[in-house]
Amino acid sequence: MLEVRNLHASVEGNEILKGINLTVNAGEVHSIMGPNGSGKSTLAQVLAGRDTFNVTAGEVIYKGKDMLDLSPDERACEGVFLAFQYPVEIPGVNISHFLKAALNAQRKYRGENELDALDFLDLVKAKANLVELDAQLLKRAINEGFSGGEKKRNEIFQMAMLEPSLAILDETDSGLDIDALKIVAGGVNALRGPDRAMIVVTHYQRLLEYIVPDHVHVLVDGRIVKSGGKELALELEDKGYAWTDQTGKKHPVSA
Amino acid sequence: MIATTEHTNGFIAGFDRLEQADGRSDHWFTPVRRDAITQFADLGFPSTRDEEWRYTNVAPIAKTEFSSARDGAAGVSPADITDKLFNDDGCSRIAFVNGRYCEALSSVRELPPGVKVGALGEAMDTDGDLVAQYLARYAAFDAEAFIALNTAFVEDGAFIHIPRNTDVTDPIHLVYVTTDGEQPAATHPRTLIVADVSSRVTVIESYLGVGEGTYLTNAVTEVVARDNAVVDHYKIGRESPNAYHIGTFHAQLSRDANVSSHALSLGGSLVRNNINTVLDGEGAECTLSGLCVLKDTQHVDNHLRVDHAKPHCDSREFFKGVLDDKSHSVFTGRIVVREDAQKTDGKQTNQNLLLSDEAMADSKPQLEIFADDVKCTHGATIGQVDDEAVFYLRSRGMCEASARDLLVFAFAREGIERIRVEPLRKWLEDWILARLPQGRSLGDVEWPSLT
Ligand SMILES: Nc1ncnc2c1ncn2[C@@H]1O[C@H](COP(=O)(O)OP(=O)(O)O)[C@@H](O)[C@H]1O
Ligand SMILES: [Mg+2]
Repeated sequence: MLEVRNLHASVEGNEILKGINLTVNAGEVHSIMGPNGSGKSTLAQVLAGRDTFNVTAGEVIYKGKDMLDLSPDERACEGVFLAFQYPVEIPGVNISHFLKAALNAQRKYRGENELDALDFLDLVKAKANLVELDAQLLKRAINEGFSGGEKKRNEIFQMAMLEPSLAILDETDSGLDIDALKIVAGGVNALRGPDRAMIVVTHYQRLLEYIVPDHVHVLVDGRIVKSGGKELALELEDKGYAWTDQTGKKHPVSA
Repeated sequence: MIATTEHTNGFIAGFDRLEQADGRSDHWFTPVRRDAITQFADLGFPSTRDEEWRYTNVAPIAKTEFSSARDGAAGVSPADITDKLFNDDGCSRIAFVNGRYCEALSSVRELPPGVKVGALGEAMDTDGDLVAQYLARYAAFDAEAFIALNTAFVEDGAFIHIPRNTDVTDPIHLVYVTTDGEQPAATHPRTLIVADVSSRVTVIESYLGVGEGTYLTNAVTEVVARDNAVVDHYKIGRESPNAYHIGTFHAQLSRDANVSSHALSLGGSLVRNNINTVLDGEGAECTLSGLCVLKDTQHVDNHLRVDHAKPHCDSREFFKGVLDDKSHSVFTGRIVVREDAQKTDGKQTNQNLLLSDEAMADSKPQLEIFADDVKCTHGATIGQVDDEAVFYLRSRGMCEASARDLLVFAFAREGIERIRVEPLRKWLEDWILARLPQGRSLGDVEWPSLT
């Protein structure tokens, strides 16, 4: 489904991604772990099409298409979804309204009928239930005055609404208590299927007890330095990221 | 100075001609007019050297030869008004064309007993004693040339008088229409609103150009809100793209009175809104809000002055601007707190959204505080559409243009959320949406309930 080859990206002249290679097949869940500042969010944002980052080399093939040629909205319409590490607050823009506009833009792109208000409402109710999101929140402006947990749940709610084929979750577990974590994981697991793939960026092994990955990659200083199965996450938790250091340099670990 | 005097000459000569032609020397208001024209001659047009006019150059007005008001009512159809304004079926409407009352376009709904709503020109004759108690007693013409000019040339306008304990539920809509003529015309509409003790009224002033031409509207509105009165006031500026509009709103509030005024600047080439309120009784409260949505080279200057003359008064200023192309907005929000105005609570905010690199906003919140136990805050922002927010919306599938328009609309909408006249607010929402390239596609949506 996704093929990342030798991807380099920089911001303001600083190279942050230094040659990422990653193959994600349909039906798989990949976890990307790594210390703070290693480039996890940069990778997630580059895949979603954020133009703050310049892709200086490499290619990204998604469903057989050159993804780097697509705008962020085209990628979304092609089924790419990013759950942001820090979802932005947008005063004055109502969540369900914006989601309806977004969902219908996607449906239109795919040549499907636009959802009418009633169908949309039914869908909202079902998905809000799934992530136990208070329906009152949906009447408010996007993320405005939301707690950290509410913002993360709102991201998962949107993912559930849009049913992407490639979901990228950037530290959606960070800062969540165990109950919230289970709800988020439940939302993610409900979406798992043979036609879908997920990239779960996390700082903590804890999430992977609830979302069991097929592959774990360790990202350090803009490179994937180690890949393995789900047991790699446990090993990381035990030994720290320094353990993965191939170059012998020490990387700071912050928990 | 010489140049300024030269420019005032046209108006002064016009005044002299009127004096001779009218034969109105016996009228009770004539001495006030004469006083005002003398003040105008002394003051001259302001220049940008004048601190109060630093950002707004009225030289184009000073240099134009204006004809005085002319007839033109025949050229204005009801559709001209309904096409360009909100649905005012639920309002009493008093319309004026080129400065004169126009019966054909007016319709007054049933009003509670004792309420007076009508043309000022007529009221100056039939209700002279009542009008004389208030007219030109609040908007000071000795310091402001445009007020002096209006006072000297007052011909018509609206007179609204609400007796004690009377609640006028249907809004009163005053429509001032200007048509194009061979020569640019100057009109001096005057509105006088008197809300007696514990009364309540909603007044909407619409200024409307039906052509594309150059003209000057020099309007003055005086509001007298006596004890415990509530006045909800709106001003919609839809002058022609080449029009000049100088408007002064002066509200005098007595004890526990509550006045809100909303200035919506949507048209005109050069617009100045002087908004002055005097909180002249304990417990008085004013809320002044405004929104300008500008393009091309439009210039709008909202110049506020809130005078906290007595203790325990609250004032709020919320002004927003959405500026495209080479447009320019100015906000001056001065709050003056007098020595004995303790427990004053004043707040001013001005937020501007620039949609182009060449648009410009000047923002000057100002506080002059002479009391010691007060709470006053001010804040101003000037920024562009938030790229992070655009990316967030796009990452969900909205195209860039829609995402931007949605964010601009959300910003602008906060500038009209305080409007309590439902059809007016709805019309403004639609007007703003229609202005945005992708606005139409955002139309059938629910917006978050704002509080
Ligand atoms: N917009 C930006 N401008 C400048 N530097 C950035 C920007 N975004 C990220 N960086 C830098 O890139 C590096 C990687 O950041 P990030 O991808 O957020 O790491 P992670 O998500 O792994 O913690 C950090 O050194 C960070 O400071
Ligand atoms: Mg990160």
